[in-house]
Formats: sequence, C-alpha cells, structure tokens
Amino acid sequence: MRLPVARIAPASDVSTMAICLKSVYVYVMNTPEIPNNRNDGRIGGYTMRKSISMKPFHKLALYGAGISGALMSGVAQASAPEPWQIGMQPAAGSIAEKANDLHNLLLVIITAISLFVLALLIYTCFRFRESRNAVPSKTTHNPLIEVLWTVIPVIILVVIAVPSFRLLYYQDRTDETDMVIKVTGAQWYWNYEYPDEQIAFDSYMIEEEDLTEGQMRLLEVDNPLVVPEGTRIKLLIQGNDVMHSFFVPALAVQKYTVVGRTNETWIDVPMGEATYYGQCNQICGTNHSYMPIVVKAVSADAYKAWLDEAKQEFATGPVPAASVELASVQQ
Amino acid sequence: MASTTADTHDHHGAPKGFVRRWLYSTNHKDIGTMYLIFAILAALIGGGISVFMRMELMNPGVQYMESGHVWNVFTTAHGLIMVFFVVMPGLIGGFGNWFVPIMIGAPDMAFPRMNNISFWLLPPAFILLLMSAVADGGAGVGWTIYPPLSGSEGTPGMSMDFAILSLHLAGVSSILGAANFITTIFNMRTPGMSLHRMPLFAWAMLVTAFLLLLAVPVLAGAITMLLTDRNFGTAFFIPAEGGDPILFLHLFWFFGHPEVYIMILPAFGIVSHIISTFSRKPVFGYLGMVYAMVGIGFVGFIVWAHHMYTVGLNVDTQAYFTAATMVIAVPTGIKIFSWIATMWGGSIRFEVPMLWAVGFIFLFTVGGVTGVVLSNAGLDQVLHNTYYVIAHFHYVLSLGAVFGLFAGFYYWFSKMTGYEYNKLLAQLHFWITFIGVNLTFFPMHFLGLAGMPRRYIDYPDAFAGWNMVASIGSYISAVGVLIFLILVAEAFISRRRAAMNPWGEGATTLEWKVASPPPYHTFDELPKV
Repeated sequence: MRLPVARIAPASDVSTMAICLKSVYVYVMNTPEIPNNRNDGRIGGYTMRKSISMKPFHKLALYGAGISGALMSGVAQASAPEPWQIGMQPAAGSIAEKANDLHNLLLVIITAISLFVLALLIYTCFRFRESRNAVPSKTTHNPLIEVLWTVIPVIILVVIAVPSFRLLYYQDRTDETDMVIKVTGAQWYWNYEYPDEQIAFDSYMIEEEDLTEGQMRLLEVDNPLVVPEGTRIKLLIQGNDVMHSFFVPALAVQKYTVVGRTNETWIDVPMGEATYYGQCNQICGTNHSYMPIVVKAVSADAYKAWLDEAKQEFATGPVPAASVELASVQQ
Repeated sequence: MASTTADTHDHHGAPKGFVRRWLYSTNHKDIGTMYLIFAILAALIGGGISVFMRMELMNPGVQYMESGHVWNVFTTAHGLIMVFFVVMPGLIGGFGNWFVPIMIGAPDMAFPRMNNISFWLLPPAFILLLMSAVADGGAGVGWTIYPPLSGSEGTPGMSMDFAILSLHLAGVSSILGAANFITTIFNMRTPGMSLHRMPLFAWAMLVTAFLLLLAVPVLAGAITMLLTDRNFGTAFFIPAEGGDPILFLHLFWFFGHPEVYIMILPAFGIVSHIISTFSRKPVFGYLGMVYAMVGIGFVGFIVWAHHMYTVGLNVDTQAYFTAATMVIAVPTGIKIFSWIATMWGGSIRFEVPMLWAVGFIFLFTVGGVTGVVLSNAGLDQVLHNTYYVIAHFHYVLSLGAVFGLFAGFYYWFSKMTGYEYNKLLAQLHFWITFIGVNLTFFPMHFLGLAGMPRRYIDYPDAFAGWNMVASIGSYISAVGVLIFLILVAEAFISRRRAAMNPWGEGATTLEWKVASPPPYHTFDELPKV
C-alpha cells in the first residue's frame, strides 16, 4: 500500500495546527490511484500477504486472526464461507483488502480494550473484595484520571477514523471503472444486464435436488454473473419490487436494491479465475434465503467466448430487458 | 417516616377488591408491579420464540417451519415483543414506576390516572401484535418494517395493519409515560433533592423519558404514513407515485436509534446503584455519569443513518454519520470506567445483583466495542445485516438491557414483595444465564464475519458448526429461565420476610428507608434529604 506524500504549504505560512489538519485531510481524501490489476502480475484471487506485511499492527492482527487466515489460505478458487470460520473471507481486490486491513486493525484495538476492561474488573473484584478490604475508601473524584479516560478514547477513535475514511472514499471512486453492469434484485432472483453488450439474464438459485457433485447448497445459481478477471466494474443497482441487498463478502460490496433508485458502487475483481459467492442480505419475503449471488471471474479469452454465447442466448436488443421486467414482475 | 409503623398498617388506604385495586389502579407501585408481571409474561413468549428459532437454525435445512415466511413472522414477532413489550415495560414502566417516585421522595407519580392508562394500553397493544403474527399468514417483515415489503403489495392482508396499530398503542403508552416521568421528576422532588443530588436511576429515567417524548412521535408519524399508504391511497413510500421507501428508513431510524438508548439508559441507572451499594462507596464521578447519560441521549439523535450505510447514501453523509457514531464511544467509556472506579477502593460484596451488574459491565463493553467496528461506513459494507450485527446488538441488549433487568429484579425483589429469594438458586440462575447467552451470541460474531446474512431460515452448510453452538447456548439460557421461574415461585411460597434494608450501609437511596414492601402510601409526610 503506497501512502501519499502530504502536500503541505510551507511552515512559515500556516500554523502547526493547520499543517496537521491539512495533512490529515490530504491523507484521507487523496487516496492512492486505483491499481491497474491487469499489469500488476497478481495471480491469486487475493493478496493478503502484500497488504498486511506493510504495517506492523497488521502483522499483529494477522496473528490474532491467525486461525482463520490459515484456514483460508488453501482456498484460491472459490470465495465462500468455510466450516468453523472465525474471520472474514479472504479479501479479493483492492476494496476488500482495505476493508480487511481496517477490520484487522480494529480487531486488535477492540480485543485489547475488552481484555483491559476484563483485567481491571477481575483485579478490582479480587483486590477490593470485602474480606480483603473491609473499610471502603471515600474517593469519588480524580480529575486527572477522568480527563485521561476521556482523552485516550478520543485519540483511539481518531486513529481508527483515518483508515476508515480512506476506505469509505475509496469505495466511492466509481468513475475510474472499466465496464458497467446493471444489477436488479427481484423476488426472488437477480437480473444482470450488460448495457454495452446488450445482454441481460436472470440468475436463480439451483434447487437442492438439482445440485451436482461438489456444488454448495443454497449458494449455486443457474446463470452466474460472469466478469473478466482483473477488471474494475461499476455496478448500477436497482430495485424491482421489495428491497433486497446485493452482498458479496469477498469483494466487500453491499448495496440495497431500492425500487425507483439506482445505487452506484464498484467492485475490483482481481486477477485469477475465481468464483465469489454472496447472498441477498435484506429481508425480502418468503424466499429471502434462496436468492444467492455468484460472481465468476474468468480470463479475458474465456470472457470473450462467454460473451459470444451470451449474445445469442440473452440478447436484449435496443431495449434493456430489466426495464421490461420492471413492469411485468411487479404484481 | 411511615416506615416505623409500616407493618401495622401495611396497606392502609388500599382499595378493596381486585378490580378497584388493579384495574382502576392509580398507585405507582401497583402499576409498576403490573408492568413487571406483563414484561415477564411477554418475555416468556418472546424468549420462547427465540428458542424455537434457534431450534430451527440448529442444523442446516428447514426442520420445523413451513416456509421462509413463517420464519420471517417469528423474527418480526420476537423483535417487536422484546423491544416494546419486555425491555421497555420492564425497565421503564416497571422499575421506573416503582422507584422513581420513592427515590425522589414523591408520594406518587404526577398524573396517577394517566399512569393507569399508560399501562392498560399495553395489553391491547400486545394482543394486536400477537394477532399480527397469526392473521392472514402473519407479518413477516422484520421489526424494522421497511416498505415496500410492509406495503400493501409486499404484505397484503390485515396482519401488517394489526402490527401498525399495535405500535400506535404501545407508542401512545410510552409517550404518556414519558410525560408523566418528566413532570414527576421536575416538580415532585422532596425538599433538598436538587437535580444534582438526584439518584442516578432517576436521572437515567429523566433522560430516557425525554428520548421517548422526542423519538416515539416520529415512529408514530412514519407508521401512520405506512398505514395510509396501505389503506387510503397515499404514496409516501411508493416510488411509482412519487414517494420514497428511503424516507421511511430515515423516519424509522430517527426513532430507532434513540430507542436503543431508551432500552439501555435505565439499565445504566440500575447498575450504578448496585455497584455503589455493594462496593459501599458513593458513585465515582457522579456529575460525569449524569452528563455522560445526557450526552449519550443527545448524540443518540444525530446518528440514525448509521443503520443505513448500504442504502445508497451520499459518501459525505456516510462520513458524517461514521464520525458522529464513534463519538458515542466516549461518554459510554466514561460510564464503564466510572463504574470500575466506583468499585476501586471499595469493600465489595458479591451478592446476586452485584454479579449481574459486573457481568453487565463486561458484556456491555464487548457489545460496545463491536459497535465501534460497525460504525465505520466502509467496513459496514461487509458487516451490515450479517450475524455480526445480531451479535453486537444482542450483546448490548440481551446481555446489556436484560442483565440490567435481572440486576434490578434481584436488587429490589425483597423491597417490592417483602420476601427474600433463595440466594443459591439466584446464583445458579446467573451463572447458567451467563454461560448460555455468551455461548449463544459470541459465535454469531464469527458467522457474521464469514458473511452469514440475518433473517435466514436456512444457511449454507459451512455455517452449521457455529449455529449448532449458538443453539445449544440458547437451550442453556432457557434452563436459566426455568430456574428463574422456580426461584420466584419458591420465594412466594416460603414467605421469608425481608428486612427494610437487606444490603447494609451501602444502600443509601430512599427506597431502603421505607418498609419492605413499602406501605400503600409510601410517605405520609415528605422525607427530608
């Protein structure tokens, strides 16, 4: 992760405070360029090592979440939950890397705080129990410690806020994407439209009795969202009936589908052929549990071949299919 | 004071006959008792539902329920019952009614008849809510009742209308109760009881009452708009006719976020009293504690959209709500550390209420720090609506507010009933509950991080392990509830008379200076403080 060099006005011009504020602002807002996945030679579905090795506390965090890391590292081709998993799914792409980094940092901080409070409680209960401390003190004030336990949490929160805002504003950079896909949530399936290719299709869950060997229950679909590997994709997310939520944990993407609105977000699909699994994440009626999301990243050649086939099967012509469905599905 | 002769005219002036004593009741203690009984009965239903849900989730696949809709009906009922018919009536209506007037040295609430209607609106509200779960297949929309799912197309039939009307009645009850508390606390404190000398539980109730008064009308407005959308052709939340479902989310959470503080602030107050009593020390940093609660109450009104990070809010809006939400950690931290500082240097006795209070401090801390994680809008894209959120809010509510309820119950049981409970059973209840709820809710963090969405009747097989653990935890908690019921029954059967002040010199508030139970009219003349 490259850190931007803060561009600060000469010290003679502004006060130290202003320099501080400005450098924080620049640090937060001026996030690094979105990496061009096609050229950086990554081969795995994710690059945990790379991002984590940069900062010491991230090493610690990895240590803390070590079991999950170890569990995850063997799975390169499918990003789906694992039995007894205790951490996040391995990050796929730059957004998810930043999200997982932030979580790893937070996990260290909150674990430390919880253990600190627990230790204090246990010590206090032990040291000041009635049998050992029969006469209670009358102290009810201590300005120094009261100031400390106000100021120190504020400092911790500022430390958290900086990477948090960087992640948030990074997720908002939908301008620098390579292609657009329109996602429509409906009761109870997804519709994916590729406006530039004039194709659109529905994606339904595969029922349990139709699963083939090795397929996962409740996660597989008939027509996955096929995307070329190493691509930044802008998602336009729309509603059709009730609210749904397009949620793929490994790509760190989630947006509600709201009828009458188009929400915009983006995903950074890393290099490497991989399948990312997600599920609808906003209560949407009786089959809420049965509308999974499958994002399948394939090589550029395979994508081209798929596209040729899809243009035969899923052609929309000049009118996008999703908007036709908007009228027909709503009952 | 009345206490000295209490035994001889215990119920001096109490109306004879069941109907006059209870149905027509204008006595804050009788109304408080009814609130508590009501909350316990509702908790048995709402908690029973949750155990049934854990049974369903114990193994992958659908075991007991007919469809995902039935599951959704149960989640909806569980959430609404626990919020509106267990925690709020228990903490505010029950302990608030019982102890706010006594603590501030008032003879009763300011508006006793309004107090009566506040309570008696709740049973019909509860009946309407139960009807919403059974009529026309039930309302399966989640306790957040988002349109369009809760609209006339998403949930046709009467069920949703029953739920809305139920919330109307419960809301009116809360608003009337809040007005009553505010008036009582501002006008009826005994001479010498200035606001800055008022016990922390009374302060907690004052802040809570203001939150209720300002937040619940917004909910009432939102659900009224939903009702007219459903039935009278308006289109507040229907995009095709110019409305916007996101407007409902804003209105709901403008109520919904203060609501979570409404549920936890009274527990803060109770815990403060218990920690102080059993450490035999006055509360550390009293003013800091008071203004931390006021601060939490104020900031609680300007953070609502942190429940909506994934609906498509503008990025700067999300940044604001992230920052504002994090701020809440500061006054909350002040409270946690002040409780520990109260214990520090004290002479601590581990009576049963103290166990619950110390458990509360730690578990609320755990729930609080995961709240800091969730406050980050960027990270919330991965955690929103997952079981991480379920774990978070059950740690602050199920292990926070409910621990507060039990702490208060064991602290004041002998005061309210005049009987002593069996301490061994009570300790057993605590430890079993402590183990059970942690086993239930801690693994949910793992499920959420791995991406398990909430409100799912069935989950991918990879989630099976931790779900099994969580279900076993809920059965253990259910055993705890049985022990609790046995304990209450045993106490009433054995009738061990309780002393005026069983807790010793640490218990300094006014309720320990009157008999157990207090006479029907607590103070024949105003106490001096």
